Amino acid sequence: MSKVRVLVGTRKGAFILTSDGKRDKWEVSGPFFAGWEIYHMKGSPVDPDRIYASQTSSWFGQILQASTDGGKTWFQPGVKPEEAGPPAFPAKISNRFVYDTSDATGKPLTTHQWYDGTQHPWEFKRVWHLEPSLTDAGTVYAGVEDAALFRSADGGESWQELSGLRGHGTGPDWQPGAGGMCLHSVILDPSDPQRIYIAISAAGAFRSDDGGASWKPINKGLYSKYIPNPTAEIGHCVHHVAMNPKRPGVLFMQKHWDVMRSDDAGDNWTKISGNLPTDFGFVIDIHSHEPETVYVVPIKSDSEHFPLDGKLRVYRSRTGGNEWEPLTNGLPQSDCYVNVLRDAMAVDTLDKCGVYFGTTGGQVYVSSDAGDTWSAIVHDLPAVLSVEVQTLA
Amino acid sequence: MAGSQPNSAPFVRVQLPYHLRNLARIDGEVRLEVAAPVTIRTVLDALEARYPMLRGTIREHDTLARRPFLRFFACEEDLSLNPPDDPLPEAVAQGKEPLFIIGAIAGGSR
Repeated sequence: MSKVRVLVGTRKGAFILTSDGKRDKWEVSGPFFAGWEIYHMKGSPVDPDRIYASQTSSWFGQILQASTDGGKTWFQPGVKPEEAGPPAFPAKISNRFVYDTSDATGKPLTTHQWYDGTQHPWEFKRVWHLEPSLTDAGTVYAGVEDAALFRSADGGESWQELSGLRGHGTGPDWQPGAGGMCLHSVILDPSDPQRIYIAISAAGAFRSDDGGASWKPINKGLYSKYIPNPTAEIGHCVHHVAMNPKRPGVLFMQKHWDVMRSDDAGDNWTKISGNLPTDFGFVIDIHSHEPETVYVVPIKSDSEHFPLDGKLRVYRSRTGGNEWEPLTNGLPQSDCYVNVLRDAMAVDTLDKCGVYFGTTGGQVYVSSDAGDTWSAIVHDLPAVLSVEVQTLA
Repeated sequence: MAGSQPNSAPFVRVQLPYHLRNLARIDGEVRLEVAAPVTIRTVLDALEARYPMLRGTIREHDTLARRPFLRFFACEEDLSLNPPDDPLPEAVAQGKEPLFIIGAIAGGSR
């Protein structure tokens, strides 16, 4: 019987929630890396027991963790304690992310726009998102703050920047959003191994059609009234982008304000907010089997990051946008003032699509019927930063 | 104990914060052989050689600058702002006092 494994990153550690295909009884393991911020965890589609985790701390910086047994045990790639002892300086260092400024492989790009409009040095802060390759368990991409995309081809032991992204021309005009200048969405196209989508807050969405060597902004149709030129090529605060792998050319986006879709691989975007009560939000995801069924969690505003009227409602569109219905069954409908952060929603691939999301209040909710009814798997975790789900045979 | 053996380098004692002890799978104090001169730099070099999983957690890769929220204390002195090649107090070099690496009491908003 199929199983699901939910990978939950929180402000104070990682948790793994497992269940059979019914998704009504859950085992909770963790905390792993207790006390550390776990920005994201994700398993390899090639080898689901290979999981990567981004462990961070304001005090101690970035740590990259990996597991090859489904999250039971963890190690820092390239660092084996049994091999420690002088001289043990590793040639490869899993937590070293160095921006490429070389003339040969990158561009000498060293600054971006700061909040006050001045130029500011590019400084690595943390890994926001890890995206394992669709074809090789040892290859993984990392979206980082300050915004850049890195790739490891040795299981996370060492990282190289795909510097064509920062160097394509608009980099000096990128600027941080309130949460920092983070590259948070990394989408690999299963139909075209050369195509990668990424999104940055607050620069916008970008696409590569040559495996990450070169990039172009894909923000036509976005309108952001809070920037000097609301239809600028870059500068949009994209919060999250999602794609159903069965229909790779169609993208859905939750922008700072506005829910958007593109039917041409990001070349053009159309607003699909429709009847949403507010179109501010962070998460967006798509039903595994119905590519026109989309989920968002509307948040009141950019000034008040909690649900409208204290009612936690997922909104579902079965028409690819514009027409939305509130999903409330099992969700708190009074006095709820949590947020749902950008990487904290996921879907499984079971016959009846499961939808999952985590809140800053520490709840992880599941719906095993595509959103009709919800229940909390856990109530009292630390604030949830990310949720991913693996469907296991 | 090696620190008291004649004609051998004394062990430098290092106290790490809780999270770094966990990361390096260390219980208690670390004892390191450090050739003279005993400085912040040579102690951290020895520490990172023995526990490579700590690289980048106390000082930055490449620049080797102290991470902003970590401090170095020894013999009731804050040594954090001293040049990394300054000799550490003799009591630290002789293993009589530990070098404390301490996380700043900051960031409590989360």
